[in-house]
Parts: sequence; structure tokens; C-alpha cells
Amino acid sequence: MKPFPHLKLFRFPGGVHPADHKDESSQTPIQTLPLLPQYRVPLSQHLGKPAVACVRVGERVLGGQLIGLADSGISAAVHAPTSGIVRAITAHPVAHPSGIKAPCIVIDSDGEDALIARTPINRADPAATLARLHDLGLAGLGGAVFPTHIKLNPGPNAHWPILILNAAECEPWITCDDRLMQEHAAEIVEGARWMAELIGAQSILIGIEDNKDAAIRALNLAITGTVVKVCPVPTLYPMGGGKQLTYALTGRVTPSGGRSTDVGVQMFNVGTVYALQRAITHGEALTRRIVTVTGAVARPGNFEVRIGTPINDLIKAAGGALASATDTLIGGPMMGFTLHDPAAPVVKMVNCVLVKDAQHFPPKPPALPCIRCGACARACPVTLQPFEMYWYAQAKDFGKAQSYNLFDCIECGCCDFVCPSHIPLVDFFRYAKGEIWAREGEKAAADQARVRHEFRDLRLEREKREKAAKHTAAKQKTVASTATTPTAEDPEAARKKAIIQAALARAAASKAEITPQNTDALPAEKMQEIAEIEARRAQLRQTVHNKFIEDDPDAPREDTQT
Amino acid sequence: MTHRHSRVGGNTSTPSVTRVMAQVLTALLPGILTHVWLFGPGIVVSLVLCSVFGLAFEAAVLRLRRYPIKPFLSDGTTLVTAALLALTLPTLMPWWIYAVGMLFAIVVAKHLYGGLGQNTFNPAMLGFAVLIVSFPAQINAWPAPLALAANAPSLSDILAITFGGFGDMSHLSPDAYTEATPLDSLKAHLRAGHDAASLLGHNLIPTLAARDLVALAYLIGGVYLLAQRIITWHIPIAFLAGMGGIAGLLYLIDPTASAGPLFHLLIGGSLLGAFFIATDPVSAANTPLGKILYAGLAGILVVLIRSFGSFPDGIAFAVLIMNAAAPLIDAYTQPKVFGHSHRRRPGDTQ
Repeated sequence: MKPFPHLKLFRFPGGVHPADHKDESSQTPIQTLPLLPQYRVPLSQHLGKPAVACVRVGERVLGGQLIGLADSGISAAVHAPTSGIVRAITAHPVAHPSGIKAPCIVIDSDGEDALIARTPINRADPAATLARLHDLGLAGLGGAVFPTHIKLNPGPNAHWPILILNAAECEPWITCDDRLMQEHAAEIVEGARWMAELIGAQSILIGIEDNKDAAIRALNLAITGTVVKVCPVPTLYPMGGGKQLTYALTGRVTPSGGRSTDVGVQMFNVGTVYALQRAITHGEALTRRIVTVTGAVARPGNFEVRIGTPINDLIKAAGGALASATDTLIGGPMMGFTLHDPAAPVVKMVNCVLVKDAQHFPPKPPALPCIRCGACARACPVTLQPFEMYWYAQAKDFGKAQSYNLFDCIECGCCDFVCPSHIPLVDFFRYAKGEIWAREGEKAAADQARVRHEFRDLRLEREKREKAAKHTAAKQKTVASTATTPTAEDPEAARKKAIIQAALARAAASKAEITPQNTDALPAEKMQEIAEIEARRAQLRQTVHNKFIEDDPDAPREDTQT
Repeated sequence: MTHRHSRVGGNTSTPSVTRVMAQVLTALLPGILTHVWLFGPGIVVSLVLCSVFGLAFEAAVLRLRRYPIKPFLSDGTTLVTAALLALTLPTLMPWWIYAVGMLFAIVVAKHLYGGLGQNTFNPAMLGFAVLIVSFPAQINAWPAPLALAANAPSLSDILAITFGGFGDMSHLSPDAYTEATPLDSLKAHLRAGHDAASLLGHNLIPTLAARDLVALAYLIGGVYLLAQRIITWHIPIAFLAGMGGIAGLLYLIDPTASAGPLFHLLIGGSLLGAFFIATDPVSAANTPLGKILYAGLAGILVVLIRSFGSFPDGIAFAVLIMNAAAPLIDAYTQPKVFGHSHRRRPGDTQ
């Protein structure tokens, strides 16, 4: 292994400096929660297909036991957080922007917290290691929850010389990675070295924002004598974005629509690295994660939380919400979403529970028209022109919005943050993306229906002709009773087949022609994103619709006037 | 740990349109105060008149359009438009001229195009253009600096002139307190076959000094806007570079027939135009390269109109012409998006 040759930093465009509010929760050690009477473990906590339940109602399970099998393709397994009885497998509210319900395995704990037998992973066999990590349910804990074993398998042709640990934690208020690094730096460094071996990376960089002095000190101690480099980067939101951190540390620009691996960089969140270290040394499944509970709670701090813990129990553990509390956010203030049901369980993706109050989160003033001041464009880390995209999104000219590279938007919220007119820009972009995906879906369905219809017409016509031919043949048979026709049928069948083939090809060609490249051959994580946005779409459409009504003074008052 | 907040600090107060407009008005203060110092209180009267008419028209149109009046009236944009029109017009004109100017600025240029954020043309410049085309005699009579005026009008005189017909006005002959602008004098002298240098060298110096001081006060305000990040450097620098470049070229071609870059940059509303007028984000181009093209071409047009057009100053027309071109400029100057290999072109689909 060679040390990374240069440590020159690169500044990505745009970015903002929100007040970071890290001290509230970063000053106390990670705490644990007492065992709770019930846990609800959702089957879909990751990108890709939901896990398939492999326990029955009434069955006794042990802590760490596999209860949901990873489905084929992109998926991750889920495990029991403690020992107990499977009470139900049913739909419950989950932490999701739309407030939907999703299938959960409900486990009544028996109070013993008995663990299943575990065996450490033998790293000598990489393929077996990946398979074990798959079985242990590892997924990215930075928020994207992409199954880890897939990201650790470069395949025969890929070359990933650089491994970056994403420890930027750029969202305000969140400190779970900060605390984890302060308390478990050695494990993280060890896990990172094992990861680098698996993917064949020569250099390991830890990208950490320079507002985490204690964590940087702890990491610097832990890397002594290793090839790992701690790279403090300026505190600039959204430094923790994959493409932004890759650029900041290496100067490599991830192509639009691609991933950092396209430029030879693989990236993992430090929480994921820690989980991998635990999995390899102890054979431990991913049943816990660190969650920051902060904002308007009595004792903000970080907690090691079992997956499936109801979020209101977690808030209680932090001393409960204060009287001034308003909403609860899952994630940070820039990219988080409002929790609809506080009984929803903690899942692998939940890094922060932020209880809002009016002092820190005053209600947003009503939106004024865009004055094209360009503050959003200067703040955009992707060099987009958000005001142009907004212009077309609000006019529902989605094609035009897309042509201004709407799909390069990472929804980081920098534009919202700086907008002097207080326009909820990201809501408009999500809405536009959702509408475009929905229309693509409708178009694909319509195309398929048309192909089927054409095929049906051809089939009916063929059957009619065959019937007529048979009829004639039968007639001839009765008349002549010697003639046979089977040889004539073959060329006829071939001709029909050719017609059908041509129609199918035509349909496929026309479909290929009109499908925008952005929605072509989407990776699974995009598909998941589409599904999620689809769920949010209805809600956003409502929001935007309401806004149009508010904005359009003619709309509601027309009635009263007449 | 204590340094953390100071380092991350910044941007703690919520940005708002009202705050931006308040900062623009603050940035205009040095220029306004210098103007009062050198030319008397007339500018205050025209500022108040334009603001009152502006707010009245704004409120009336908002009511007609059934828009909520309070948020739009208090956003400060109307006051900025009023201030820019007042500062580009001569003082000591009858009140109704200001009223007509603001009528076209607010009702026609702003609301007939859809209101805040929708106007294609800079409202203040549209108001100015209507006035200079309709009432050229009044617009070309600029009050002389106090030091030069044969009979400097008092505040009561100013009010009498503005609202007309009060008391004895015999001592207030316009010739006593107004003069043609230096730009106008220059044009007249050049047309009469005089040499530019001789003119500039003699009888214009005192009035030039006074007007240069006001211009420099606008420059101070402009630097404040840059420091507050209300505007970026692109438009003012490109505007002044365009002006200076073409003025220098004309001067090189024939020094006797033109006044040279420094004269052009300091005279008329050049600095006011560069920092406050051309930078109006709604009607300007908005991409970094687009802003440079837009303002550079506007600067060139200003000097060409001053030199070869029939009106003394060209800022209003140059800005209006470039306003019309701004959407096209934006479409062709989209910045390269992070992760893309080339700029967006009009007609690109994805």
C-alpha cells in the first residue's frame, strides 16, 4: 500500500454555512436505552427490494437472529433486535416522508435479551466474507442505506484505488458520527483497512469537517502506523455529499448520473465501517446504530439504539420533548423530513431525531415571487440555475425544467436556505421529478399496452385466416378428398411471424426514441428513489397546488365575487 | 470548541427581499447625501414625490389585481424603483412629471408585465425613457451646483417650483438655477465644431467636480453592495469596462471629437447605472458569463448613444435594449453543471 501522494483540497462550487448546533448533543458519551417491551422491525429499511419475512407469528427468536431474508438482487437482510416472540407481521407507520405504512415484524421481547450464536468472519476468503456481510444485513448508515456487500464488490473490471470514509457529517445538529469516531476510532480505522483490502484500494482517506476537533484527535491517534490519512476539510454544507467530498479530497469529478466509483473512488460512511468491523470481528448482525436525539428535548445526546425502537421511546430516553416542541424531524434541518407518527420505529437510515421548536425553527414567512437574484445559483453545489428550474417547474413545463438539468439536483436544500423570497425550491424540484417519473411510467405503460394491442390484432387476424384456410381445406377435402395443404402453411406462418416481429421492433424503436436518457436504465437505487418520490408525490402535489391557490389571488376570490 | 460558532457563523439572519432592498437603499445614501450637500435639498423633494407616487400606484394596482397589499407594498422594491428614477431625473421639475414617470415605471413596466419578478424591462429606466422622449426640455434642465447657481433656490422656492403657482416666482427664472448637463454641453459644442479638449479644459470644470463627487459617492455605495454580496462583480465591472473600452477607442480614433474614457465613466449616471441600475436582477441576465456579456454590451451602447444618438445620456436606452436581450443571453450562457462535459445549449433535451 502506498500513501496518498497529495493532500491538496479542492473547493466544490457553492455551499452554505448554516449554524451548526453540534455542541448541544456532542458533549456527552453515547448512551444505551433500557430494553423495551416491543420492537417493530420494518422489512424494507434499505435501498432495493424489501426483505422477505422468514419467521412465523408466535415463533420465538433470539437477538441477532435472521428474521427477514434479503431478496434477490439489491436487498438486505433484517435481524431481531432482541430475544422474544414474533407477535405479528403487519403494516405499521414507518419513518417516511409520506407517512406511509409498511410491513413490520413485531417482536415482544422476553426480557432475557438472549443472543444467537455468532461466528467471526474469516477474511481470508473475500467471496465468503461478502456473502456473510450480506447475511448480516449491512447497509450504508449515512442515509442512503445501500446494501454494503454490493459496494464492496468491484467486479473483475473495476479499479477503485481510493477508499474514502465519509465522516463529514455536514448537516447541522447531527453528531452521531462525531461521537462514534471519538469513542471507536480504532475500530473504524481497522474496519477501513479491511474494506480497502476487499476492494483493492491503495489509499484510505477519512474526510472529516474541521469542526470536529475531538474526533480528529481520536482518529489521528488511531491511524498511527497505518496507511490511513485523516483529511480535515472545511466546514461547508453539503461537504458530506458523495460527489462533493470526492471532489474536495481528490479533485475527481463524478460524471452526471454516475457514481464516485466511475472515477475510482469508493465511499462509505464511518457508521457503516464500524458496523463492518463489528460484523467481521464478532459476526454481529446490524441490529443497532447510533442516533442523535437533539433540539427541544431535555437531555440531547447520542444513543446506541436497537433497530425497531419506537421513536417516541427514544425521545423519552433523551428526557422527553420540551413544552416548546413543535414537529419532529428525521435527519437534519437541511435534508430531513417531518415524522408523521412518533410511534414509527428507528430503522437503519435514521441518524438523527431532531425535535423542533419555534425559537430555532421559526415558521417560514410566506413566499414572495422570485426576483431572479441568483443567490440560489451561487449556493448550488452542482452549479445548477435553480431559479430557472423553479420558473419552469411552477409553470409545469417539466420538459424545460429537465433540460436545465433538474436530475442533477441532489436536493441538498442550499437554494432554499439562501432564497430571499422564501420559496420552497426543493419541494418544487421533487414535485417536478415525481411528475416526470410518473409520466415516464404512464408512457411506458401506454407503449406496452399499444404493443399488446397490435399483437392482439395481428393474432386475431392470423386466427381468422387460419380458420378460413382450414375451412377451405376442409371443403376441398370433402370435394376432392385427396388434396393436402400442410406445406402451404409454413411460409404463411413465417410471414406472419415476420410481421409481428417488425411491429414489435417498431414499437421498441419508437419507445427508445422518446424515452429521455435520464430515466434510461436506472440503477436500483434510483428505482427506489422513484418509488419513494412517487409516494411523496401526491403530498407534494397537494402542497404545490395549495401554494398556487395562495399565490393566485384570482383563484379563491373569484367565487366570492360572483 | 468556542471558536466553532464564530467560524461557522455567518448567514444567521434570514435573508429576505425586504432586507435586500433595505441594503440597496442604504447603499444609495452616500450618493443622496452628497447630492444634497452640493446641489441643495431638491433631490429630497423628488425622492419623496417619486416614493409617494410609486407606493400609491403600487397599492392601487395590487388592489385592482386583488393581490395582498401589505407584503408586496412592504417588500421595498417600489421604493428602490422610486429612488432610482428620482436620482436619474433632474430636480426642480413640476410634480406631475415625477407622477408620469412612476406611472410608467410601476403600472406599465412592472405590473402590466406581471408584477414583482416578472418585468422584462427595468421599471425605473422605462419611466425615465418615457419622460425623456416626452418632455426633453424639462429633463435636460439640470440644477447647477449650489456654488455656481446665480440664484440658488431655497426649500420653499423648490416646493413652489415643484407644485407651481405659489407666491412670487419672478426671481426663479429657470436660467438662474439650471444648466445643461455636461454631456449636453459637450454634444452641443462638438456639433458646433469646437474641440472637445478645449471645452473640457475650461468652463465645465466646476460643475464636473461637483458631479464627479456624487458619482464617487455612488461608487462607495456600490462597493458596499458588493461587500454585502447583494450584487456580484460581473455587471458593474463589465459595464464600466464596456464604457471605458469603447470610449477609449473613440478617443484614440479622434481625440478632438470625443471626451475620453474617464469623462464618460464619471459623468451622467455611469456609476449609478453600473452598480444600481444594470444590476437589477429581474431584468438583467443572470448567469456569470451572461452578466458579463449583458453589462459589457450595455456599457458599449451607453457611450455609442451618448456619442452618436440624439439624447444626451444613453444609460436608460442601453439598459432597456439589453433587458430585451437578457433572456437570449441567459439561454446561451448556461454554466457547465458539475459532472457534465459541456454547457447546456438552448434546445437541449435530456
